[in-house]
Amino acid sequence: MGELRTRFGTGLSTVFLVLVLFWLAGMVLAPNLMMIDYALRPNLPPAALGGPDDTYSLSNILYLAGEPTHRAIFIKTIWASGLVALVTFLVCYPIAFWMAQRATVGQLSIALLLIIIPFFINEVLRTLAWFIILSYRGPLNSVLMNIGLIDAPIRWQGDGGVLAAMVYAYILFMLLPIYNAIESLEKAQVEAARDLGASPLRIHTRVVIPHAKAGIATGFVFTFMLAAGSYVAPSLLGSPGSRWFTEIIYNWFFEGGDWNRGAAYALVLLVLCLTVVLVTLRLARVNLADVAK
Amino acid sequence: MSAERIFRAIFVLYLAAFAIYLFAPLMIMAAAAFNESRFPTVIPWQGTTLSWFSTMWADETMWQSLWTSLLVAACVVAVVVPVGTAAALVLTSLHARARSFAYAVMVSPLLTPGVVIGISTLILWRQLGVGGGVFLIVLAQSTFIICYVMLMVMARLQRFDRTQEEAALGLGASRIMVFRRVLLPFLRPALLASAGLAVLQSVENYNTTLFVRGFETPLTVFIATKVRTGLTPAVNALALVIILAAIAGAVFYELARRRRTA
Repeated sequence: MGELRTRFGTGLSTVFLVLVLFWLAGMVLAPNLMMIDYALRPNLPPAALGGPDDTYSLSNILYLAGEPTHRAIFIKTIWASGLVALVTFLVCYPIAFWMAQRATVGQLSIALLLIIIPFFINEVLRTLAWFIILSYRGPLNSVLMNIGLIDAPIRWQGDGGVLAAMVYAYILFMLLPIYNAIESLEKAQVEAARDLGASPLRIHTRVVIPHAKAGIATGFVFTFMLAAGSYVAPSLLGSPGSRWFTEIIYNWFFEGGDWNRGAAYALVLLVLCLTVVLVTLRLARVNLADVAK
Repeated sequence: MSAERIFRAIFVLYLAAFAIYLFAPLMIMAAAAFNESRFPTVIPWQGTTLSWFSTMWADETMWQSLWTSLLVAACVVAVVVPVGTAAALVLTSLHARARSFAYAVMVSPLLTPGVVIGISTLILWRQLGVGGGVFLIVLAQSTFIICYVMLMVMARLQRFDRTQEEAALGLGASRIMVFRRVLLPFLRPALLASAGLAVLQSVENYNTTLFVRGFETPLTVFIATKVRTGLTPAVNALALVIILAAIAGAVFYELARRRRTA
């Protein structure tokens, strides 16, 4: 703090500190504390607030563990988000490797531009695009029927549709960190491994992937978090059988009218995401400071 | 080396499939805006028309939500650029240990699911008697957009030569003057770029906005509601306009960046 004041003077550094405090205390810390407070209290009519029933308990969180449908949807959201991250990785890895190690300068700049363009378009529109393709009377079913692969239209909406749209939506978050990580690998290392007789598969599992571990972990963390917290893809592309945890949370707030339970569910989602983030980063020995780059 | 050949062929196929996966959805969505069919699709093609564009143009609620989105974006820029810059300056003046802790706290909103940011903002402000609306949308979106501004300003700050400040001080400039005449002009490109990014992030946000919108209907909510309640190619017409604007923005941004670095 001392350095801030010697550099900018008392007036300016006070302004900076006030702005930062306003952000961290007022917009990050206070809302989260209030959410925790809500999550631990029962849902009471206004008259009973502050009364004998208004005590802290874990009942809202335990409700999630005891309600079979919600519990199943929660668990499904976890593994489905992991699956989204895994599929995104499989889709992105070859192209990231090609861009970082094989592509010429010209190919690389074209590839980067082409990959970034779809991500200037917002998530709702990208989901809308998939909604159209996968709809019952949509282009995918028409094409498949025209070439005779299927006799009747297929209902794509549901888990498959959600997966396709989510992978599509998060490609950039996986691709860029992996590309950055592989780019710093000396080409000579790959060549040395090949000259020593390593098969292509072995080169990737023993040389490239260990080197790119930090980038892969970063991509995985972001993709998982975005998938688990997404509302738009499951709400537009899901079916009644493929509900997502965020939809349950939304219902507590705007249909069930129980904000306390909604807050508890949101808290569980937050803790889940933070746990996955911290554990993954620890396993890959990545510093949090390197993630945001 | 026929194994090598096969491998190459497979890779070229993969590249083609990747390109199709990336662009076919957008192209189909765009093309459907010109199809006369009431449901947006490209097969069967029932005739080419521009009428969906005029349908959208005549839609009052679309203009209303566009206006809401732009208003929110303008307010977000006014919040996030000063706060993000201040955060970057405070962070870079901390000592190593405190810095890595503060850094972790300051990037944490990026690792928080968007719905949670919306929910926690909504809950806090209900306690204070403020319901969902433009004000809360701006606050909730700013919570994480500030992180992006901070990161962009920090990246620029790393290349700043502190002796410039010292020289200006030595020549008798006040500290405020040094900030305004030396540091701010140096940060200008990063500030403009982060303002652009903030507009983009704000206009395209859905997950956070959904919870704090109150009775407002920003553009993303408008589109999502249309998809659920009655999708016509008029929405595709709107999507196409937004896509073209986004591509123009991307190209403009890239050109500006290249001119700067050149």
